[in-house]
Amino acid sequence: MLAWTIYISFLGALALMLPKVPARAARGIALLAAITGFAITVSAFLRPANGVMTTILHRSWVPSLGIEYYLAADGISLVLVLLTGIVAIAGVLFSWNIEQRSKEFFALYLALIGGVYGVFLSADLFLLFVFYEIAIIPKYFLIAIWGSTQREYAAMKLVLYSLVGSAMVLIVLIAAYVIAGAKTMNLLTLSQFRFPLHFQMWAFPLMFVGFGILAGLWPFHTWAPTGHVAAPTAASMLLAGVVMKLGAYGCLRVAMVLFPHGLDPWGFTVLGLASWRDLFSLLAVIGIVYGALVALVQQDFKFVVGYSSVSHMGFVLLGLMTLSRIGLTGAVLQMFSHGVLAALLFAVVGRMVYDRTHTRDLTALSRMHLSKALPFAAVTFVLAAIASIGMPGFSGFVAELQILIGAWSAFPIYVVGAGIGIVISVAYAWRAMQKAFFSDAGPESTTTPLARISMPERLGAAMLIIASLTVGLYPQLLLNLVIPALNSPLFDGLRKGHWQ
Amino acid sequence: MRVFPFLSVLTAVPLIGAITILGLGEKQKNRARILALVFSFIALALTLILWHRFDATSGQLQFQEWHAWIPSLGAEYHLGIDGLGLVMLLLSAIVVTMSIAASWQIRERERLYFSLVLFLQAGLFGTFTALNFFHWFIFWELSLIPAFFLIQLWGGPQRASAATQFFVYTMFGSVTLLLAFLALFHCTGTFDFLRLSELARDGQLVPALAANLHWHRFTPEHIALLIFGGAFLGFAVKVPLIPFHTWLSSTYAEAPTGTTMLLTGAMSKMGVYGFLRIILPIFSPQLRSLLTVLMWLAVFTVVLSAFAALAQKDLKRIFAYSSINHLGYCMLGIFAVASLTGNSVALTTTRIAALDGSILQMFNHGLTASTLFWFVALLEARSGGLRGLNDFGGLRRVVPIFTGLIGIALFSSLGLPGLNGFIGEFLIFRGVFPLATWAASLSLIGLLGTAIFMLTILQRVFSGPLNQRWSNMLDLTVTERLALLSPIGLMFALGLFPQLILGIINSTVMTLVQQVRY
Amino acid sequence: MSTVSYTALLHLLLPEVIVIAAALVVLAADLLISRTAPTRVRFITAAIISAIGCIGAVTEIVRSPQQANVFNGTFVVSSETSLVQIALLILTVLVVILSIESSFTSHVGEYFAVTLFATTGMMLLVSSENILLIFLSLELLSLSLYVLAAFNKRSSHSAEAALKYFLFGGMSAAFLLFGLSLLYGLSNSTNLLQIAHAIKSPPLDPLLAVAIVMIVLGLGFKVAAVPFHFWAPDVYEGAPANSAALIASGAKVAGFVIFYQLMITAFAGAEGSADWKNFTPGWVPVVAIVAALSMVLGNLVAITQTSVRRLLAYSAIAHAGYTLLALVSHTEQSFVALLYYAITYALTLIGAFGVVSIVEEQVGGEKLSDFAGLSSRAPVLSICMLIFMLSLGGIPPLAGFFGKFFLFASTLSAGQHSPDLLWLVVLAIAMSTVSLYYYMQVLKRIYIVKPSSEADPIHVPIVSQLALCAIALSILLLGCAPNLFLVWLHQPILFWL
Repeated sequence: MLAWTIYISFLGALALMLPKVPARAARGIALLAAITGFAITVSAFLRPANGVMTTILHRSWVPSLGIEYYLAADGISLVLVLLTGIVAIAGVLFSWNIEQRSKEFFALYLALIGGVYGVFLSADLFLLFVFYEIAIIPKYFLIAIWGSTQREYAAMKLVLYSLVGSAMVLIVLIAAYVIAGAKTMNLLTLSQFRFPLHFQMWAFPLMFVGFGILAGLWPFHTWAPTGHVAAPTAASMLLAGVVMKLGAYGCLRVAMVLFPHGLDPWGFTVLGLASWRDLFSLLAVIGIVYGALVALVQQDFKFVVGYSSVSHMGFVLLGLMTLSRIGLTGAVLQMFSHGVLAALLFAVVGRMVYDRTHTRDLTALSRMHLSKALPFAAVTFVLAAIASIGMPGFSGFVAELQILIGAWSAFPIYVVGAGIGIVISVAYAWRAMQKAFFSDAGPESTTTPLARISMPERLGAAMLIIASLTVGLYPQLLLNLVIPALNSPLFDGLRKGHWQ
Repeated sequence: MRVFPFLSVLTAVPLIGAITILGLGEKQKNRARILALVFSFIALALTLILWHRFDATSGQLQFQEWHAWIPSLGAEYHLGIDGLGLVMLLLSAIVVTMSIAASWQIRERERLYFSLVLFLQAGLFGTFTALNFFHWFIFWELSLIPAFFLIQLWGGPQRASAATQFFVYTMFGSVTLLLAFLALFHCTGTFDFLRLSELARDGQLVPALAANLHWHRFTPEHIALLIFGGAFLGFAVKVPLIPFHTWLSSTYAEAPTGTTMLLTGAMSKMGVYGFLRIILPIFSPQLRSLLTVLMWLAVFTVVLSAFAALAQKDLKRIFAYSSINHLGYCMLGIFAVASLTGNSVALTTTRIAALDGSILQMFNHGLTASTLFWFVALLEARSGGLRGLNDFGGLRRVVPIFTGLIGIALFSSLGLPGLNGFIGEFLIFRGVFPLATWAASLSLIGLLGTAIFMLTILQRVFSGPLNQRWSNMLDLTVTERLALLSPIGLMFALGLFPQLILGIINSTVMTLVQQVRY
Repeated sequence: MSTVSYTALLHLLLPEVIVIAAALVVLAADLLISRTAPTRVRFITAAIISAIGCIGAVTEIVRSPQQANVFNGTFVVSSETSLVQIALLILTVLVVILSIESSFTSHVGEYFAVTLFATTGMMLLVSSENILLIFLSLELLSLSLYVLAAFNKRSSHSAEAALKYFLFGGMSAAFLLFGLSLLYGLSNSTNLLQIAHAIKSPPLDPLLAVAIVMIVLGLGFKVAAVPFHFWAPDVYEGAPANSAALIASGAKVAGFVIFYQLMITAFAGAEGSADWKNFTPGWVPVVAIVAALSMVLGNLVAITQTSVRRLLAYSAIAHAGYTLLALVSHTEQSFVALLYYAITYALTLIGAFGVVSIVEEQVGGEKLSDFAGLSSRAPVLSICMLIFMLSLGGIPPLAGFFGKFFLFASTLSAGQHSPDLLWLVVLAIAMSTVSLYYYMQVLKRIYIVKPSSEADPIHVPIVSQLALCAIALSILLLGCAPNLFLVWLHQPILFWL
């Protein structure tokens, strides 16, 4: 049943490409497709699930190569599919005003969503890679056609980085496939295979970095701020909210599951690092702090949000590297939380503010008295900002808390780094908020008033805030899915060496 | 046995009220204040019912609600109140109602204003009823946001920096508090206040800390002190204790006066409550080892703030420093309780007195300070925003009733016997004197300072030659008089019958005193 | 079997005969009947006749599957050769259909006849195990292609391209012949299997080494691998679009197939190894180096191109590199992968050239700038081009991706137990990633750049549209359900090898 989320998205995209469909209906069709996908997910959610990998569809595809069309979902997939559903709907709502080439826009949008759903639901590595690649091309067009600052350059940069990442993944994928006997690409089967240790030692980092590029691993993150800023609002919402999670998901679902011993100590120390795990957690923390610091000095409102995404994804990666149940749970929760909040932040900055004021420069915005002109936007931004700095009651708090607890047992010094990152994040959120909305510089403007926040925007914002609040106040909703998933046999390899 | 979830309902009432107000349409915004008042009355009524059903003779927690929430994180939905909690609930309900009444004139974005006030009330209720740190912390933080907005959006000319300062200071304190409790969770596996205080009492806390935090360079005592420091900072900023008080005067001054009433009446009490509920039961050995320093801090708070108030020209700032001063007494009492080992009856009685006094002082100060700020609001409304000490003069000739009523409040704040301010201070001194004589003696200077500035206000603003500018000032309207009747009446009632409150808290205090490890 | 009755032989050769007959009929029809008719009618008639001929040949192959090995391997008919022949014929049909709307020459009958001759050459090429017939059919193919390249008498580029092609081709044919004659000298036989038997013993005879190099050179030219690729950009650019399509598609498929068969069968003992850790001399390391160079050079130079045709040419060189990986790993699975890859690649190129020819005619050129804004002027064409470019770049779920995956997987599987050909695969994947950059440049022009001034819709002939859509759909289908093709391939392979 969940497979229909994929099909409906692609069917929607196809329908939008037909010449007979009127452009006005485009957004309606897109919304319908998004809502249907979300409804299917919710219905799967409500069914009593025990969180372990449940097969949705299992067909043979290319028997001679052992490739199967195998869709399955466990608790982690379900959480991320839910995230995709929410952000998809919100994205359509925030793109309600697109006039130029709207059919193509929504077609590409739905194609991207379909690809993303596919990645989260695939249990065959070939299929997963297919969907992963499918998701790359629509991004290019979405940014290059409907984007803003330097869009063509940003689009190409984003796509090239993504492609390099996926090339690295492909190399490891094929190598692993061959070493395991070239008989199957089934994730579950391959996860039981004991890859030789020396193979894991280079395969793991290569694959982790390959997926990590998409997840914004420092220092391969440079595509993200440029790309997110140049993208049109709905695309940046999807990119920062969902697509970056594809990378993190890949890290967890594929790299860490297949090659758990790649995280073992090397046997020697380089600059104080004794294993890939040490290295990647260091990079994660650097990402947290670096992203926060750079966000602090940005003059462009959207860049603040872009860099904050890099910083928050650092938390996810740190959580993954803790290799403890609580840290991994926190990482998945942070994927959800940041997905929702990043979408919300980009929505405010892009759609609510930029579309109306046509500027993203903080100094210019500070003269516009936006808290009076756009009160809804101000409130939404504040809520999003405090949620993203980890205010309790919102989803980010539980997630970051779990990650920090997990990290404390493993590398206490990185917790300090992460803590510094949080403090700086308060600072940059503060600065952006003050300058953009609550500054009283400049005279009360007598120029034409800004358009009110429309109903689709309000709905979208409300949806995202409620999602963050619900998970913040009752995280068991998601934890009930994630924790059993982490206990399943799939993560056996990780458990045996390291679990706490 | 299904008990009616009183406390959850109580917390939900202002929440529902806030959301309802937000949902009001453009045309109905005038209903916002009425709705807010209605909801605050409902909350008040509920608290009164709670009081009625409360068994004052037992010192145990009542109306407990217990649900699992996030088992993997040790977070539970655990509510309950004892005498202390009930008193705080009563205070919050009363102060919020007064604040709404005082904000009746707000014309800008009323829906947002009143819903924020109600959100704040929900936050307060949540904080005062929570017994699990996770849950408690959520409400602690959640009360920050409405406060921030209230200052930022409706405040005076310097509101941006005031709001920022407020936020940053409180945040900083919260972070250290969080870290301390994370460490506690890591070492003991629980966030529950009761369980933690049990561990502390049995002497198992420090060894647990030392065992799980592998900081080999520190002795167990030092580790415990570090953790204590984190928690201490969080509350010290909120009370505030000198030297963490610098945010307070500009925040109180710049906030719209209705909000200042909330800040001083209820939010500052969150800090003291924290000391009583969390620090004292869990960290009293650490309190004791730092006792001298802490007592000095309390003394400084009392004395310096009184004299700082003397130097102020803005009425709100005077009262702001006066708040610091009054709460300094509470801190004095609390710190004194932790001093000295031993379980003799006399000592116990002294301790009980000190704690009784602190709690009573909290309540009384909340009431009195809110009323004082209310008066300032009324004055501002009549003077077009002016509230400097030297802006007025001889007002008693023009607004005699106003003068009379504010005089009562001022004297209560001073500590005149017969009014509510006296008993609390008296009990505190009664308790602190035997336990830390030097501190009590020094703090008397604070009393002196308070007397001076209170009388100065009376003299400069209300006595003396009439400032011709205000010769047409209107006195209190009938509505205002009726509204002010309740707090003034309460001041008298509590002054003459402190048993009203003491009766509630006595058993609780006794239990509390026994829970502390000596 | 050394003596076969001529009727039986004719029966075996019936598909080729049908094609030749079709060629003659086209010539005759054009000469006799349509000299006076307008060019367009002549083109349509000739195309229809050619198409019917090819389809007839396909039907014949499918209807009566044969197994035969005539004259000591001179002519082999098996399910595998039949399969490749069917593919070649279908490719020719597509080229022919897409040529309907051309107008570059008035020698219509000759054009189609020569095309069909080229097809015959291809068909004969893949069904022989005798070096003489291999060379003969190769020459038939090549000469036809030289002529086809020169067909546009109005364009000097066409003549230049054809001349270059001819000179290079002639030279490489000479090398090939020299190498083949050396083989004969070493083994006293013209049959591949017997040659293999004779030269099996190590150590590597220096003469044999020379022969290997010559043959690789000669055949490498045919598939446009480095360093024998210099003709490709000019020919792809100068030749008329449909000739270029045939050169890029059918000739390549045939070339790869014969390359593979020749090397595997004739040089069976002299492979050597291209593994990273143990490089053994033989033809495999030579091919590996050729493949590596092709991948790198093709992709890197393609980045700088502004002409779409030259871009396609350099990408062809790169793709030749990928396909040669199958030779380096020379297992059963590699051959299947090679066939799959070559055939889907050929389909894609025909489609791409189809689009290019329409743009050339309607917009006036085939530079990247001429593609600007194509998405608003010819939406269906643009979507087809999107599919073609993405398939070439290796984006799933298109055939190009699966082909690459299959190739790489089979290359790695070939190593004994460890993937020592990993260096080649890594290089291939890296270069493939680079290639997407220039394919995206084409797509960028089509979809993102605004058209210059006259943005009126382009008139796309309905037949071409249908053909292109059919190709695009088949690429999508072959990518999503490759098993359809593979099932078909696997059975014959077992028979043939």
